Amino acid sequence: MSELPENAAPPAEARSYYGRPVIKAPVWEWPVPAYLFTGGLAAGTAVLAAGADVVGAGRLRRACWLGSFGALLSSIVLLVADLGRPERFHHMLRVAKPTSPMSMGTWLLTAFGPGVAAAAIWELLPERWRSSWPARLLRTVSRGVGLASAATAPGVATYTAALLSQTAVPGWQEVREELPFVFAGSAAASGGGFGMVAAPPSEAGPARAFAAIGAAGELVASQVMERRMGLIREVYHHGAAGRRRRGADLLTAAGLAGTVLAAPRSRIGAAVSGIALLAGSALQRFGVFEAGVESTKDPRYVVVPQRQALEAAGRDRAVSG
Amino acid sequence: MTSDAVTRELAEPPDALARANGYDEPPPRVGFFTDTSVCIGCKACEVACKEWNDVPDDGLDLLGMSFDNTGMLGANSWRHVAFVEQRRPAGQQGDGWALLDEMTAEVEPRLRAAPRGGSELGTTPLPTAPGGAVQDLGMPTFTRPGDGTGAETRTDFRWLMESDVCKHCTHAGCLDVCPTGALFRTEFGTVVVQQDICNGCGYCVSGCPYGVIDRSPLDGRAHKCTLCYDRLHDGLTPACAKACPTESIQFGDLDELRERADRRLADLHQQGVEEAQLYGRDPGDGVGGHGSLFLLLDDPEVYGMPPAPVVPTRYAPQIWRRVGAAAGAFALAAIGAFVSAAVGNRP
Repeated sequence: MSELPENAAPPAEARSYYGRPVIKAPVWEWPVPAYLFTGGLAAGTAVLAAGADVVGAGRLRRACWLGSFGALLSSIVLLVADLGRPERFHHMLRVAKPTSPMSMGTWLLTAFGPGVAAAAIWELLPERWRSSWPARLLRTVSRGVGLASAATAPGVATYTAALLSQTAVPGWQEVREELPFVFAGSAAASGGGFGMVAAPPSEAGPARAFAAIGAAGELVASQVMERRMGLIREVYHHGAAGRRRRGADLLTAAGLAGTVLAAPRSRIGAAVSGIALLAGSALQRFGVFEAGVESTKDPRYVVVPQRQALEAAGRDRAVSG
Repeated sequence: MTSDAVTRELAEPPDALARANGYDEPPPRVGFFTDTSVCIGCKACEVACKEWNDVPDDGLDLLGMSFDNTGMLGANSWRHVAFVEQRRPAGQQGDGWALLDEMTAEVEPRLRAAPRGGSELGTTPLPTAPGGAVQDLGMPTFTRPGDGTGAETRTDFRWLMESDVCKHCTHAGCLDVCPTGALFRTEFGTVVVQQDICNGCGYCVSGCPYGVIDRSPLDGRAHKCTLCYDRLHDGLTPACAKACPTESIQFGDLDELRERADRRLADLHQQGVEEAQLYGRDPGDGVGGHGSLFLLLDDPEVYGMPPAPVVPTRYAPQIWRRVGAAAGAFALAAIGAFVSAAVGNRP
């Protein structure tokens, strides 16, 4: 039994049933926002790795395939761990349902994963085995499927916005226009940040550019999202979600400045900037996730916008009739 | 392809529901008509539902919300009787003590501090108020209500009761987002979870705009009203409707229930009960109408239901267009990063 905070929520402006929530709070816990981050990271590093392979930046390629593979494995563990019945994870593969973003995401990851795994396994082969014919075959295959994975990566990086927005959760549904861009920017910033941490500055030019574009895009999209919010701005501003979102903005802005100013010259500057971008991306995911959860707990966030929509529809009818 | 499929699904006329879901010669769509104007709050529906469907008990908690100690629909409560005490006259009845505001003031801040904001009401007790004060539930007592304060504190009084249940929506958010196919549309037009398929992903919990379905902490799977799918196969009435002593819960073919609801509404309006309204009757609403209709004596939110919910699937085409644009921007950023780095490296 938990203790009440002294500053409990202000009374609802809408009528309610004893102030109880209208919709259920999500059953999802921290593994889901953690996956939003690792999934974005896996996608961001995969496109960098494939690009590095094309332009011949070997150390960036190696670091990013390994990073992508690690993030992908973490994602799978997190996704399975959050199921009520983890041993039935494969039931996701029974159907392909366009109406379910989770089903679409399952198939996106299924298309994305094998190429990343093949490319990463080749990177892990010891030097002395690489001239053997099975290794050369693996290299040929993994180059192709790795590029194919990079082609699905933009989908992996952004579908999670649909996953959250196609729900009855006001804090996620009402930001459906902007959230895909916030998540795309966040994924690019984290992928670029990882490349800056793991590859030497001489090879990390594309990672810096990708991180800078992503971080700038995320900051702009996040601002636009916040400007357009109605009542739910409260849940994005207050409490833990508000703190995480402010932290995300600060770290992403600092990481962006470091990426442009320090990262091209200094290995340490690059590493610090990269870590700031990674942390900013993770905080963004947790902030958005928790804001949504919070918006389910007060019936006002559900009832007030629906009442407003009813009134607007009533006015339209009065005008046209 | 995604948005086409969604548009097609949403465009189906509601009465072709089972046919549209692949049944060749489906029986008529069935549902409930819950007429709250004759509900007496006996909770026989809650008990019959638990008995027939073997729904687990979820603890004995006094919630401080009038006679409602179930709290809300959930994995282990497929019928829920709401009790609302209001300061307004009810027909010919005299004055009384309506405590909705006082009880809300007690309960609401405790709900905010409860796990999942009270989404598991009825399965866990509410946290205590600041300072550990215990809420006075006002019962049982050997004196008459108000004896201590005098007749002058009496107000107009009416008591609303409503047996809530899954709406079996024409366009069901839970069903649309289910990634395993565990949730399906039956030949009767109802929405049911296949327990041998559900892997407890929890997406349906957030896909439902009514807060009906929930994941059970006992077995990790999603549960809700099946409209007694097993009884329907044998031509039987669902357990709750069978047990209802006042026919507040009526079961039947949806077309007939809609007519009955319209007639009852007209009767009540004629009798001067102008606040009577139907909920879920309009096939043009945000979920394409309910399979479970309600006649309410106040706005839906007073009973804890959303006033104008929209199935999240309706936003899917818009959402996927934005996701597509963001994915395109992501891909362009990646290509741009390599091009700009190559240009920058040129001596």
